[in-house]
Amino acid sequence: MTLLPEKQVCITGAAQSEVGRPSPRTALQLTADACLAAIADAGLSPSDIDGIATYPGKSSEGGGIAPVSPSEAAAVLGIEPRWILASAEGFSHMAPIFNAVTAIACGLARHVVVFRSVAQAQARIASRASTLMAGARDRVDGNNAWTVPYNALSPINTFALYAQAYFDKYGADEAQLGAIAVNNRANAAHNPNAIYRKPLTLDDYLAARVISSPLRLFDCDSHIDGSTAIVLSHRDAAKGLRNPPLHIEAMGMAVGGLWVGRHEGDFTELPAAHRAGAMLWERTDLTPAGMDCAQIYDGFSIHVWMWLEALGLVPKGEACRFTEGGQRIALDGELPLNTGGGQLSAGRFHGYGHIHEATVQLWGRGGGRQVRDARTCIVSNGGYGYGAMILRRD
Amino acid sequence: MRKLPKLEPETAFYWTCGADGRLRIQRCGHCGTYQHPPFPRCSNCGSEAVAPAPVSGKGRLASYTVNHEAWVPGLAVPFVFGVVELAEQAQLYVFTNVLEGEVRIGMPLTVEFEHHDDVWLPMFREDRE
Repeated sequence: MTLLPEKQVCITGAAQSEVGRPSPRTALQLTADACLAAIADAGLSPSDIDGIATYPGKSSEGGGIAPVSPSEAAAVLGIEPRWILASAEGFSHMAPIFNAVTAIACGLARHVVVFRSVAQAQARIASRASTLMAGARDRVDGNNAWTVPYNALSPINTFALYAQAYFDKYGADEAQLGAIAVNNRANAAHNPNAIYRKPLTLDDYLAARVISSPLRLFDCDSHIDGSTAIVLSHRDAAKGLRNPPLHIEAMGMAVGGLWVGRHEGDFTELPAAHRAGAMLWERTDLTPAGMDCAQIYDGFSIHVWMWLEALGLVPKGEACRFTEGGQRIALDGELPLNTGGGQLSAGRFHGYGHIHEATVQLWGRGGGRQVRDARTCIVSNGGYGYGAMILRRD
Repeated sequence: MRKLPKLEPETAFYWTCGADGRLRIQRCGHCGTYQHPPFPRCSNCGSEAVAPAPVSGKGRLASYTVNHEAWVPGLAVPFVFGVVELAEQAQLYVFTNVLEGEVRIGMPLTVEFEHHDDVWLPMFREDRE
């Protein structure tokens, strides 16, 4: 397996900017903050960086979802990359990481900084509608044309269909789902960069308003302003740097029909996420039982159930009972979950918060949320495209 | 209030077929497979012989959600957003609003159309036949 590209690449640095709702700093400032801190964390200088990548790139539309291009970030950082990528499609928001891994393994770059910047809190204050799916034009086109005319203006409406179908098929209930939000909030209390740190009880969860049944307020992630950056290095270039290198033990990826409005299955699972999970385990000798913690995508809480099953961490139809009560997913449980608060409590970094938190755990930086002796972490990302990684420390 | 779909070359038939009261779904003339959303080739056999074909307008509610959030000013809530599995083929899904207060997964549905400008939005309600 030594020829697999991910085996050639390590994570050597990671950092986040301040995170605000809103932040007074611009997206470009926040991007520079995160990238420079991640580069310094790796023990490198900007001049060492020869590649830069981001999801998704820059667009004037989308309400702060795409505020910074890799070219302008490179200019601000004062680097002259020979390899650059902005990827808006593909294997979830993890696509820039997977592509950077490939570029490094192929020798196109030695040290790549990958960042995800968001300015959705600022955009939401300027115009709440800007963050909805309808867009600015008079009529809606593309994939959103199938849902927006029915006033399904948020992705929650689509994923609520999955939640309701899952509830119906497996007899799941709101308290089992609410345990995810409660767990994430308990962990966020120990994460200074989480936007919501006040304790949340299951009663609080159930008392909150229904947004799109069966999903409630605390089943949703939140718009934030901030940036997360990680540094990927060739394993030969990772030796002797500041941090113990984090190995990318395996990666799995898949593209699903949901991206183009074509639904697969019976709405109780994300079939393409299962394909990503299958690919992941084909590339490692590790097993689900060997995962010390899990950072599982939670754009909405229901994603966690879908991903836990897709990754084979929990049998099909069992995720609801796995999260029930929260004991098994707590910091001292059998699979500590979303130890930094996930997106539900730490804000919508489109999975980059999860990757960052994996580095926090594996480098032992978790403080009050540290999982004891964490050496392996599984990370998953995406609702419309699907990516997963296993990170490992020697 | 609704934001209407742009009529695009491959999708316009879906949004306008209700003018004569019959729902159409793209079907492959070679292998007979229906597909939605429409594409230039059949996802089953690859044939380009795909064309809109009339369907019964009947189906079952595969899943639903009751939306309570007024995302934009003036949006009337609650409303039901649902996905219909059409009778013609397993996992042939279309999105809709369900024009009923009481809904359940599996309930039989039948189509009707809501006319706005040059768009006839397929909507569904309980099929009591």
